[in-house]
Amino acid sequence: MRPRIAASERAWTVGILAGFAGLALLPLLVRRDDVLNFVLLILLSITLAQSWNIIAGYAGQVNLGHAAFFGLGALTARTLWIGGVPVVLAMAAGALVAAVFALLIGAAAFRLRGAYFAIGTLALGEILRATVNNVLPEISTLPAATIGAYRLSQRYYLALGLAAASVIAVAALAGSRLGLGMQAIREDEDAAEASGVGALSLKLRALALSTGLAGAAGGLFAYYHISYYPSHPFGPHWTFEALLMTFIGGVGTLHGPVLGAVLYVFLKEYLTMRWVDFHLLIFGVLFIAIVLIFPGGLVQAAEGARRRLTRRPGAPT
Amino acid sequence: MRTSAAPIWGPSRCASDDGRAVTLLAQQIVLGLLLGGLYGLAAAGLSLVFGVLKVLNVAHGELIMLGGYGAFWLFALLGWDPFAALLLVIPGSLLLGAVLYVGLFGFVVRAHEEIRIKNSLLVGFGLALALHALAVRLWTADDRSITTPYSGAVLTVGELSIPVIRLGSLAIAFALIAALHLLLARWRWGKAIRATAEDWQAALLTGIDVRRAYLLAFAIGTALAGAAGTLVSVGYSISPSMGLEWTLKALIVVVLAGLGSMLGTFVAGLFVGVAEALSAAAFGGPYREVVGLVIFVVVLVLRPRGLFGR
Repeated sequence: MRPRIAASERAWTVGILAGFAGLALLPLLVRRDDVLNFVLLILLSITLAQSWNIIAGYAGQVNLGHAAFFGLGALTARTLWIGGVPVVLAMAAGALVAAVFALLIGAAAFRLRGAYFAIGTLALGEILRATVNNVLPEISTLPAATIGAYRLSQRYYLALGLAAASVIAVAALAGSRLGLGMQAIREDEDAAEASGVGALSLKLRALALSTGLAGAAGGLFAYYHISYYPSHPFGPHWTFEALLMTFIGGVGTLHGPVLGAVLYVFLKEYLTMRWVDFHLLIFGVLFIAIVLIFPGGLVQAAEGARRRLTRRPGAPT
Repeated sequence: MRTSAAPIWGPSRCASDDGRAVTLLAQQIVLGLLLGGLYGLAAAGLSLVFGVLKVLNVAHGELIMLGGYGAFWLFALLGWDPFAALLLVIPGSLLLGAVLYVGLFGFVVRAHEEIRIKNSLLVGFGLALALHALAVRLWTADDRSITTPYSGAVLTVGELSIPVIRLGSLAIAFALIAALHLLLARWRWGKAIRATAEDWQAALLTGIDVRRAYLLAFAIGTALAGAAGTLVSVGYSISPSMGLEWTLKALIVVVLAGLGSMLGTFVAGLFVGVAEALSAAAFGGPYREVVGLVIFVVVLVLRPRGLFGR
């Protein structure tokens, strides 16, 4: 059973990365900023969804404070970058700060299981958001000189690289011992511990990887946006969007979050344009319908449909 | 938390003499207790749903908001007194809860418990998004509050002043919690709900209609949210975006109290209200929320079963 899944995941990895390679040509072919902005939004969403997928999908820990790490990455990267540090280094620092902070709080947070972990991390995210909002209430705007030198294509390629890195990270993780240990914890933590998996250490490593990616995505956000309130990237909607995209696609799979992010961004933009006033209402209702009709996400729905189509009479199911 | 009594929440460190500082502190504690009672009521509904259905309804705050706007409409369009509006808001919310269970959460509880939590989070987010958008369309994004002829009335005890409306709200909140406690202890279906919360498979084996118990628990939980919203709209203010804040507040209280005791939930609500008020006095208004959350996380990590949990 497992080799077949691994083979199909490898095919998906190659396919997605080929898609990204194709997107690398986009700025040369298309001169329209709106198209590039739209694709950049998708790429940022893929990174964020994939980062959440590592901790929630593979290690099974529903982290509702994910925005805190996105925000920390944004705050660190923005501060360093405006201070003169090269942007790639600033983003790396953002990722590092997010991951280190995650390790600091992880040991305590992982005393909590299931829904309590979810509630605890939600509170943690809100603590950071409220604190940043109190300490830095002023809007952060780039200096005029930096705005003058703003090139969208640089942001675009960074976003592309980051999205590719997130897919490669998950692909490497899925087949590794580390990833298998995480999935064992997801399925049954006590049983995993009993068979020699060090649950706390693995969960911490999953959290560090997940939050590091989220921090890097936050750094990209800080590099991309000209002005925003420092508390904005800490807002709970970043967590919710990552969660929605991952679940729409298929949690704990390699390609689910990518498909989910693409569908989510398209759907949201389309509804916004088509029904300006009602788009959130329709979006909410549509989303509930997707969850109820395809509880395992698009990947599982497609799998089920494929199995039904290819099933031959008499064949074992 | 936006309150209509904003000046009172200001830092009290400016008090020059000790006597005045003590009075101010006592005043803060009283106001904290009054608000805490509503936290307790908001949390009781969530606790019932979480404890019985094992689903986490993150749209609970939005249900509170709907209750608040229900009372607001009855007041603005028909001139109903907000406390009298409870007579309509509570049955209305009960019905809304039943509809939401049949239409949405009834599908969620079919899944295995682990998946239930995740799917309920998703359905809850979708519901919260839809209700928030609906509320903005119906009532605009403005903060609203019900102002009755007796809104300004204040009861003066010694040097403390107690807003009459908030005192009445606290009394109603306590009465509702006590009624719920009796309902769960005495009523046939109350016992069935408790048995289902304890162990739904065992309850099923003893012949309890578990789905009916789920439906009742969800409907009652929504009714409590509606009542809480009405009381918030009269003593404080409501807006379409209040949902997340109240969900979080209710979650904090639920976790602090632990599952299984409604009176414990009420006490935990008072505790959170006072803790917030004291932290506002010590660190200044903007940090009242942060300190409340920090206390919560610490208690959660040290005692995951809650202060009164079993």
